[in-house]
Amino acid sequence: MGKQNRNEELELRVFRSRVFICIGISILMVVILFCNLYYLQIISYQDYKTRSNENSIKVMPVVPPRGIIYDRNLVVLADNAPVYHLVLFPNKQIKTKDTIVELDKLLELNLSEKDISRLLYESKTRKRFSGVELSNFLSEEQIATFAVNSYKYPNAQIVANLKRYYPFADITTHTTGYVSRINQNDVKKLASSGKLENYEGSTEIGKLGIEKFYEDSLHGETGSTKVEVNSHGQVIRTLNYEPPVPGKDLKLTIDIRLQYYAQEIFGHMKGAVVAIDPSNGEILAMYSNPSYDPNPFVRGIRSGEYKRLLDNPGHPLINRATQGGYAPASTVKPLLCVMGLNEKLITTKGNFFGAPYFKLPGSTHQFRDWRAWGHGWMDLYRAIEISADTYFYDLAYRAGINRIHDYLDRYGFGKKTGIDISEESLGINPSRDWKKSRFNQQWHLGDTVPIGIGQGYWTSTLMQLAKAHATLANRGVTRTPHLLKEMVDPTTNEITAYTQEEPEDTLKVTDPQYFEDCRIGMYLVVNGPEGTGRRAFFGAKYKAAGKSGTAQVVSIKQGEKYNAAKLKVEHRDNALFVAYAPFKQPRILVAVILENEGGGSTKAAPVARAMIDKYLLDLYPNGYMGDPNPQVVKFGMGGTVVLQ
Amino acid sequence: MFGLFLALCFSLFVLYSASGQEADMLIRQITRTGAAFVLMIAVAQIPPKYFAKASTYLYIIGVILLVLVELFGDISKGAQRWLNLGIVRIQPSEFFKVVMPLSVAAFLAKTALPPKLLHTICSFIIVGIPTVLILMQPDLGTAALVSVAGFICIFIAGLSWWWLIAGAIAGAAALPVIWNFVLHDYQKQRVFTLLDPSSDPLGAGYHIIQSKIAIGSGGLYGKGWLQGSQSQLDFLPEPHTDFIFAVLSEETGLVGFLILISLYCFIIGRCVVITLNARHNFERILCGSFTFTFMFYIFVNIGMVSGILPVVGVPLPLISYGGTAMITLMICFGIMMSIHTHKKVSFFKKDNK
Repeated sequence: MGKQNRNEELELRVFRSRVFICIGISILMVVILFCNLYYLQIISYQDYKTRSNENSIKVMPVVPPRGIIYDRNLVVLADNAPVYHLVLFPNKQIKTKDTIVELDKLLELNLSEKDISRLLYESKTRKRFSGVELSNFLSEEQIATFAVNSYKYPNAQIVANLKRYYPFADITTHTTGYVSRINQNDVKKLASSGKLENYEGSTEIGKLGIEKFYEDSLHGETGSTKVEVNSHGQVIRTLNYEPPVPGKDLKLTIDIRLQYYAQEIFGHMKGAVVAIDPSNGEILAMYSNPSYDPNPFVRGIRSGEYKRLLDNPGHPLINRATQGGYAPASTVKPLLCVMGLNEKLITTKGNFFGAPYFKLPGSTHQFRDWRAWGHGWMDLYRAIEISADTYFYDLAYRAGINRIHDYLDRYGFGKKTGIDISEESLGINPSRDWKKSRFNQQWHLGDTVPIGIGQGYWTSTLMQLAKAHATLANRGVTRTPHLLKEMVDPTTNEITAYTQEEPEDTLKVTDPQYFEDCRIGMYLVVNGPEGTGRRAFFGAKYKAAGKSGTAQVVSIKQGEKYNAAKLKVEHRDNALFVAYAPFKQPRILVAVILENEGGGSTKAAPVARAMIDKYLLDLYPNGYMGDPNPQVVKFGMGGTVVLQ
Repeated sequence: MFGLFLALCFSLFVLYSASGQEADMLIRQITRTGAAFVLMIAVAQIPPKYFAKASTYLYIIGVILLVLVELFGDISKGAQRWLNLGIVRIQPSEFFKVVMPLSVAAFLAKTALPPKLLHTICSFIIVGIPTVLILMQPDLGTAALVSVAGFICIFIAGLSWWWLIAGAIAGAAALPVIWNFVLHDYQKQRVFTLLDPSSDPLGAGYHIIQSKIAIGSGGLYGKGWLQGSQSQLDFLPEPHTDFIFAVLSEETGLVGFLILISLYCFIIGRCVVITLNARHNFERILCGSFTFTFMFYIFVNIGMVSGILPVVGVPLPLISYGGTAMITLMICFGIMMSIHTHKKVSFFKKDNK
């Protein structure tokens, strides 16, 4: 700075001249702006005034029709039925609250204070032209009353719309789920996933089951219509129509006839049944009893109705097929035999003496067998056939919890089965770490022993049990149980089938014969001379295999006897049965749980038999029914059996 | 200061209408306005020599931040403009609205004016680096504003007319290149839309058509406060930010525009006086740049809303809703106030002797 050749005079002169040039340019800018505004506001005023009054464009969302849900034979399980509802288009000139209160009185909508404040909230947050639904399902009388008085409420309109309707009501609830009004939580979720814009104008969203799981496919893409309206918001003409992309139709694997039949069999019994095609994981029926009607949820369930569902001692809201955690009991014995054979802990021909009870070395605690006097000598086949507890106490003791945990994990216990509904519990696959984190206690040897008969800390969902048994029935090939068969694009008729993503090598054993041996054990349960399921399957026209289970709900003290009559109903045993048929190439596998109904072989087995009969003999009598050239197999302790 | 105060009060009235009579928004804006006012007065207490001294560091920090934006910036509305610092998200391009004139003025003030060839080239480079970085974000509007602020500095410092003529010719020659290789499709679309808004009445032209209808239907006296059908019925996009002028024009008509422009002219007039009275080249150039950039903002915003300039995101100074732009502007005013109040105790006097 301060160089010798600086000429302050010159600098100042240049600077001033430049500032004046800028001032000149600024004045020019102001003049340009003024001229333009003068042109717009004075010269073209009439033109723009007319356009403002008559010609404005507004964009309204067009909600796509929701995809229809079908069963495997295209029977409609979830439909779109036309309904009329009252919609309020908030307008700053008209008091929204007054309108709501007046309409409530006029049409007897029975809105509570809470409803009104919710509606006011919605009217503020919704975009102007999407409107707020005051009432859905208007009766014809209400429609008429409104029509007469509509001139008083220029911002309210009756809108025809499609609402979800579930024709089979409580039969399909736990499968299809339902849709219900979009609430603030949903809005937050949609906003965070960037889908909110696509729900402009939509009022419902899938809340449960298939409706929730496949929400994105069922919903489709919202379209728009651009219309000219006058300054009062009335439509003059449509300028442009962007059609919505309709939601995809879903074809489920469910056979509604089998599902319906399941409800019939259950009657008042609490419990659930799952029927799967073990070869591909398709769920043929999944029913949880008691159930409930999903239709009130669509129209907005009243708090009294909802309270009744919540307080119902049968807990209908719980899906017992995927959410109930039960001790799997003796049904898992064949699964554990696969472990025993593969780990060389047992052989098919090895003899074992079934005492009345099992004792850990150095302990006096008796792990009793279900039969007070024991079973005598047995091999693997007979152990499964008669469901000898001591055999499996001994097996579990020798295998140790780490190995058991590993195999149960491979069968899929303690984790999601991958079924395509979101309501699924994990169950418990017990381990040292699990007990440490759950109870902060060490694992004891005594904890391992009851695991051998599917009791103790082990809990499973019915779906997990069905999946594990399907793996065995399939000779080691695991398939994810699923409800979706295919998705159909209604505009192009393009079909997307469900794709299995189950890893192939979850349950590898050194000799595939191990699976066959355990299957033969299950065959004997149903067909053998001492089989626990023998009575239930007597005279069946096909050859089935199965396994019963009776799960203690409360533990019985040492030296006491189980006496159902003395116990409270909710403390009685759970009855379980898993069965599949035809034996050689199973087409259906049924898993049943009946809460507090007692013995698996006496109560649950007949249900499984009925389901299989219905499916193989009544619904699909022309499928594979067993090998016409039966195979005679000698097994174990001198018996023979005819495998079909 | 009085003029600023009036303009800000005016803003609150318009904003109340534009926001759909939302009290929350109004309260937030009042809070921000108050904070910005306090900030302005605080900045005015700092003697100008510190601004000159800090300019180099601020410039370097600014460029680093812009590079960081390019590398790690948050993407919002398809453009990478924000830098997420965990607690706050900052927009470094906004920062340059203040730093650019500061840096260029400080650089040019170090030499005799009018600048020599070498100095001119250097100052253009100083303007160019951040401009290119902001263009890459892409943010055409801010890039234009920032480069104009820098350019005004050079111009006021006495840029040779030969440069201007050569620049104009080069610019004209470069237009096709810029059009084909620099502009994004959506930016090209905006130019097309400007030329003929009715060609796409539902897409890009929608904003301009609606905004022109709002302004035009305002007439001489307007439809009255809170009575604008275009703005109140939600036909206008972003009525409380960039398009707030349309609300103002619809509801207060040409008279409203005249009141607003008078307020602006009053503020600018006062700024020009400060500029002419400034004692040192740095102060002169800086004040001149702030003053005329302010005018440029007004011109671009009103021009775009009334359909004579392409739509770029430039808020209407002092009126639009929003914190960052307001704070930036108030800092500029604070610096000018500082220059005005500290001129009697010039720190550059001994150098200038």
